[in-house]
Amino acid sequence: MTDPTALRDPAARRRLVGGLAALAIAWPMLQLAGFQPAALFGAGNLQVIGGFLAGFVPPATAPDFLALLAKATLETLAMATAGTALAFLIGAPLAFVTTRALSRSRIGPGPGRVRAAALRQCARSLLMVLRAIPEIVWALIFVRALGLGPAAGVLALAITYGGMLGKVYAEVLESTDTAPARALLESGSGRLAALCYGLLPNCAQELTSYTAYRWECAVRASVVMGFVGAGGLGQLMDQSMKMLNGGEASSILLVFLGLVLLADALSNALRRLLR
Amino acid sequence: MSFSLDAVGLVHPNGHRALQGVSLAAAGGERLAVIGPSGAGKTTLLRVLGAALRPGEGSVRLLDQAPWQLSAPALRGLRSCIGTVHQSPPIAPRLRVVTAVLAGRLGQWSALRALGSLLRPSDLPGAHEALSRLALEDRLFERCDRLSGGQLQRVGIARVLYQRPALLLADEPVSALDPTLADLTLQQLVRQSEATGATLVASLHAVDLALRWFPRIVGMRGGQVVFDRPVGQVDEAMLKALYA
Repeated sequence: MTDPTALRDPAARRRLVGGLAALAIAWPMLQLAGFQPAALFGAGNLQVIGGFLAGFVPPATAPDFLALLAKATLETLAMATAGTALAFLIGAPLAFVTTRALSRSRIGPGPGRVRAAALRQCARSLLMVLRAIPEIVWALIFVRALGLGPAAGVLALAITYGGMLGKVYAEVLESTDTAPARALLESGSGRLAALCYGLLPNCAQELTSYTAYRWECAVRASVVMGFVGAGGLGQLMDQSMKMLNGGEASSILLVFLGLVLLADALSNALRRLLR
Repeated sequence: MSFSLDAVGLVHPNGHRALQGVSLAAAGGERLAVIGPSGAGKTTLLRVLGAALRPGEGSVRLLDQAPWQLSAPALRGLRSCIGTVHQSPPIAPRLRVVTAVLAGRLGQWSALRALGSLLRPSDLPGAHEALSRLALEDRLFERCDRLSGGQLQRVGIARVLYQRPALLLADEPVSALDPTLADLTLQQLVRQSEATGATLVASLHAVDLALRWFPRIVGMRGGQVVFDRPVGQVDEAMLKALYA
């Protein structure tokens, strides 16, 4: 005869409470956000949306518009790529400082752990500040400082995305198997060497696909920033929308679609390379 | 003295007491086998000897230094002289065997040499030599995730042989190996200790291997050292009591 309390799953109550709490939080959120999907299908609203969308066909294909579109696409790609590259330069070192997976002072625990924890916390807070302000706000500021054009967008992306990359890199490094890196640190290896021999071989794929995904987000974000004057496809889209030229807008949207497909292909290729 | 523990006690953060009043010392070049039932504290003892766990009670001296009074750089230097063979080899699966072995000397290499060696292995002959001692030299350029459990364990041992530590710790080094390979591996660990003068401490489940390869046997049970004798003075009754 087994004691019935021995077979009671100790995690069950915690899971139930967690589930109920999630529901209790999510419901008021939906209310606050004015989430009423039925309104989309009201008769008047459908007509308005339909009329707006009808203007989108056929896509514009005039040669001089296509030339403009090509130039804007290149500008957007350049903005996203340069922005992501700078963001990497900001995020990677901060992640290296922040991640607990490479902490020497936590082994033992050893000397200097108060100072090390304080340093990690500082870097963590810096990452938070960097990503707390949306790139569009930075773009508005930099457009005033640097004038209209992609340079403002690049800086805005670098700052916000640097914060995001740093945070996620640090967490990916912590969530992978940290035993190899720890064993290296325990035999006197430096932190950079422990990163390269112990952690990166395990999580290079995940880090790469996240970076590629961020590049894809940067492409979209640079479009949005175009609306506030940071150049590229967004600025073109802004002009077309203001002139109520649905054909041009749909050509631009088709280019977006192509860019996202491109980002996906890039991510897949990189992952295959690192397998 | 290679190491000396004096009345060392350790309670893990989860409240489990792993070591209690452990006093143990060894001179350079000595070879000790630690035996005892599961949960006796063998792994914890080896981690204390590896300067990886800081005991809450008692004092620890490793290679004539007090590890927990050292500055961070000095502690790092001390750790680079201690090599540990882990129970499950902590090797990133995507590493090539050669890189995994060369990682043994990361504590002695500059960061620049370490990074360079990832692109172009900086000491192929050294890695080859360490692997050939464990009959694994034909796997030099294989990826570690293509190896069997026993092969991976030998890669972990080759890494420590290549490191050439002054204090060589081995936590169940042969648990994944067949009897022939287990014998070969222990022979190589002993030979390394003889050749370099390193002190060797190994925890072993297989008592017969401990008695065959080690001149000094330490029996542990419930976090305490029950006996510490030359192998000639260990008898059947002591072993029976240890595992009872």
